[in-house]
Amino acid sequence: MSMEFLVATAIGALTAGGIYLCLRARTFPVVLGLAMLSYAINLFLFAMGRLVVGRPAIYEKGATGYTDPLPQALVLTAIVISFGMTALALVLALRTFLETGTDQVDGRPDPDLLDRENRT
Amino acid sequence: MHLILLALLPFLGSAWLALLPRASRGVHAGIAVAHVVAALGLLLFVAPGVLNGIADQVRYAWVPALDLSVTLRLDALGLLFAGLILGIGLLIVVYARFYLPAGEPMGRFLSLLLLFQGAMLGIALSGNILLLLIFWELTSLSSFLLIGFRSDKAEGRQGARMALAVTGGGGLALIGGLLLLGHVAGSYELTDVLAQGDVVRASPLYPAALVLILLGCFTKSAQFPFHFWLPHAMAAPTPVSAYLHSATMVKAGVFLLARLWPVLAGTDLWFYLVATTGLITMVVGAAIALFRHDLKAILAYSTVSQLGLMTMLFGFGTPAAALAGIFHLLNHSLFKAALFMNAGIVDHEAGTRDIRLLGGLAKLMPITAALGMIAAASMAGLPPLGGFLSKEMMLEEAVHTAWLGAPWVVPLVALVGAALSVAYSLRFIVQLYLGPQRDAYPASPHDPPAGLWAPSALLVALTIAVGLFPALLTGWLITPAAADITGGTAPEFHPALWHGITPALMLSVIAVAAGGLMLWRHGPLLRGWELLRLPDAKRLFEAALERLVQWARRMSDAVHNGSLQRQLALMFLLAVVIGVEAIWYGGYAPGTRPLLPAPPVAIVAWTLLLAATAAVALVPRQRFVTLIYISVIGLVVSLAFIYLSAPDLALTQISVETVTILLLLLALNLLPKQPVQLSSNQERARNLLLGLAGGTASGLAAWAVMTRAPNDPISSYHWANSYSGGGGTNVVNVTLVDFRAFDTFGEITVLGIAALTIFALLQPAARGVSGQRLREWIADLPRSPERHPMMFAVAARLLLPLAMMVGLYIFLRGHNSPGGGFIAGLIVSIALLMQYMASGFEWADQRRQIDEHALIGFGVIIAALTGVGSLLFDAPLFTSAFGYFTLPIVGKFELATAMLFDIGVALAVIGAVMLALAELSHIAQRAQKEPAEDDGPMDVDPAKLRGLQR
Repeated sequence: MSMEFLVATAIGALTAGGIYLCLRARTFPVVLGLAMLSYAINLFLFAMGRLVVGRPAIYEKGATGYTDPLPQALVLTAIVISFGMTALALVLALRTFLETGTDQVDGRPDPDLLDRENRT
Repeated sequence: MHLILLALLPFLGSAWLALLPRASRGVHAGIAVAHVVAALGLLLFVAPGVLNGIADQVRYAWVPALDLSVTLRLDALGLLFAGLILGIGLLIVVYARFYLPAGEPMGRFLSLLLLFQGAMLGIALSGNILLLLIFWELTSLSSFLLIGFRSDKAEGRQGARMALAVTGGGGLALIGGLLLLGHVAGSYELTDVLAQGDVVRASPLYPAALVLILLGCFTKSAQFPFHFWLPHAMAAPTPVSAYLHSATMVKAGVFLLARLWPVLAGTDLWFYLVATTGLITMVVGAAIALFRHDLKAILAYSTVSQLGLMTMLFGFGTPAAALAGIFHLLNHSLFKAALFMNAGIVDHEAGTRDIRLLGGLAKLMPITAALGMIAAASMAGLPPLGGFLSKEMMLEEAVHTAWLGAPWVVPLVALVGAALSVAYSLRFIVQLYLGPQRDAYPASPHDPPAGLWAPSALLVALTIAVGLFPALLTGWLITPAAADITGGTAPEFHPALWHGITPALMLSVIAVAAGGLMLWRHGPLLRGWELLRLPDAKRLFEAALERLVQWARRMSDAVHNGSLQRQLALMFLLAVVIGVEAIWYGGYAPGTRPLLPAPPVAIVAWTLLLAATAAVALVPRQRFVTLIYISVIGLVVSLAFIYLSAPDLALTQISVETVTILLLLLALNLLPKQPVQLSSNQERARNLLLGLAGGTASGLAAWAVMTRAPNDPISSYHWANSYSGGGGTNVVNVTLVDFRAFDTFGEITVLGIAALTIFALLQPAARGVSGQRLREWIADLPRSPERHPMMFAVAARLLLPLAMMVGLYIFLRGHNSPGGGFIAGLIVSIALLMQYMASGFEWADQRRQIDEHALIGFGVIIAALTGVGSLLFDAPLFTSAFGYFTLPIVGKFELATAMLFDIGVALAVIGAVMLALAELSHIAQRAQKEPAEDDGPMDVDPAKLRGLQR
């Protein structure tokens, strides 16, 4: 097996998991799905610079080969931004839950809430 | 150069006033007067040159690719308009100083007024039609703020909204029209456009451009059927009405008609559209004015009517009519500003503007009454005043104009309009000032201090002087201005009170007689008018708006049923379909780049990652456990980064991972832990299928790219210039803080905004329904008996200085070795968070010295200043500089401005991370402390209302 195969399949698996989670009916898995999609996308962007082993982008005179620094710089900020995005989505989910009493996002009534209302 | 200063002066004054909200009223007025006087002086200074036929012009390229330039150009027409804007503006500032009650924020008012004045002046000075558009929109926006100045009153807000909707909507049409015009003329420079009249009129695009431009002009100048916004804009304080509706805002449309006259006028289409609209507006506005009772409403509709008159004159398309139009523009500005100020004085002193409650004021406030009656007489077109001359000229032109071959239509309708104008003007005089005194007025009317009446007295004096010596006083300005409108030689301007017995004079006499008759029989006429039950434009407008909103809501309800699932599923499906389509037609072609062999450790890590991914996706109900799986994924990704030559990414990933997991833990504490399964098996199978399709597609895409040879357009540039140009050997870091520093600046700004949004979302969560829920929330997990274990607390405290050192070290070496601001910021945050975890929120928060908001702000500001600083050295934005220095003991070291930028990055990251986590971590405690019933920021709390309904 090659590193390229491992990375490509990992990206595929993470994307599949991310999409699946994003389509769930409650907010928390959706946030996890977003986080997982971020992993996949960051890896994908990183892979655009091709895979290189043991030659980090530290400049030396006379160095023959090096890894592509540009995707790395882009991914570095992307990782930090994905944190901001995940945090914001999570807090949005939390506030919605606190305001409405349900963490559902499928547009259907919450069985728990209905249950409680029937009892009172 | 003078023109630039002239255009900037009102804006400078506006900014200055906005910065001094607490200064005294006198200081505010002083600042405003100083700026307007300076601008007026500058205008007079350049005037002689302009009048000698040398149009002053300056030009700076702004966006050359769009042919957008800052071209300022002053000709006689612009001079006339700018003179009115500044001259009447000066009087309005003085008037406002005495008019506004002590409680109103004078600084804000004058600041907005000068902002508006700057926008209007910009229209008069623009030498590029795109620039003109920008100022045009700015007048709409600033007048919105002025009309809605009393934002606590519903009618002020509604009037402002209506004005913005109508004039802003017309502005949209105008954008289209001017773009078409520039396209046809081949340039957006006004001088070039004006020279292309024949080309434009012959173009097939001419009708479309004309209609769009006219929509802009007619909405701005309140022409029928867009006239209804103007009376509702009267909710503004009177100085605003006096300014916007006499000399400025509403004249902008008429001014643009005059400005583009050489290009657009002269066709049948122009005549029938413009002249007819003007004619109808003149009669409709005058008729409504006659039957209103609010002084300002009477003046507003009379303004509509008078604007119609000017529009009609420009619509005739003859040079003589254009001359009459511009002359009336001047006269109308003089008497209408005076009348608005007069109505304001009456309102101020008598306590009402309802003409039915007033009357007989001549004895009580003689000065005001004298001024008001003279100005109204000018509006009626009575000799020997300015208004008489231009109305005479209008009738003269009307007599010579045939409409659809019928020579009597225009003179007859114009006569009706003139008679109605006489009637409402005389009504102003007779029912307000003359007649018997009332027994009681809402207040006791008397003449105001000179500051209030002096400005209108000056205008009234001018309107008398213009009537007596028109050629001497205005000829020098009107003649060249008319020449600028017609784009050639000016028609002869010989206004006089007596021309002998002409058809115009006959019509004038008939109009006065008919007007007097109408006033005499006003009572019966009013009852007849009320029987007509004309539709109320405001209600129609609101109903139309309501329908639009309903329609929009129905649209969005149809697209969005409240299910995030459906939205996302459609989006993912679309992405997959596009991907399949691309492969279908483009083919799938991986390359033959030599592959890297995978060591056994990598295969083990990969297996772990796949297993963890499957576990997160398939065991969703154990939410805490899924967090462990998620962190496994993060760890494997970090390891991959290390192995694949990306140490910076690995450091970032691992620290972000830590913070993210902490955040998820905190949120999960308050969210349901083991929710009921909602989706059916069928739905889950569908989702799984969609996920697998997306995953396969992205995996295949990644594989195809990775197996092809690299295509390297710019990366090697970064590598080659990192050390020599950026002064650092860590190319990733140099890229972040130097090559692409502007990007990085954007990223930290976004991060800061995200953190502030989190703060804004969580801060009010302790109140209302959500606060109630938080107070009822019971910890549903077993707690450790030791809340702050001693070992953990002591170790965390010992570790703090060490962790800080590591952070500093990572920061300092970042330019040359893996590290840098992002990573250092994250490490320091984690070190601080550890204190919060070990010793509790209260303890740690009390020892916190710096506010997180300030950290974010300082970070972004430091980064911005570093970037802007390079401009001082004539280098492009965000250029970094570096040098090597030697100190005893320390030895040789490097200092780079990029390091300063990196400090900004680190501060912003620390602030953002700490703010997000700190807010989340103590929200439940905060709700406990919050009193159950508190005084919210609003009297009506929407959240509470919803709670009640439930």
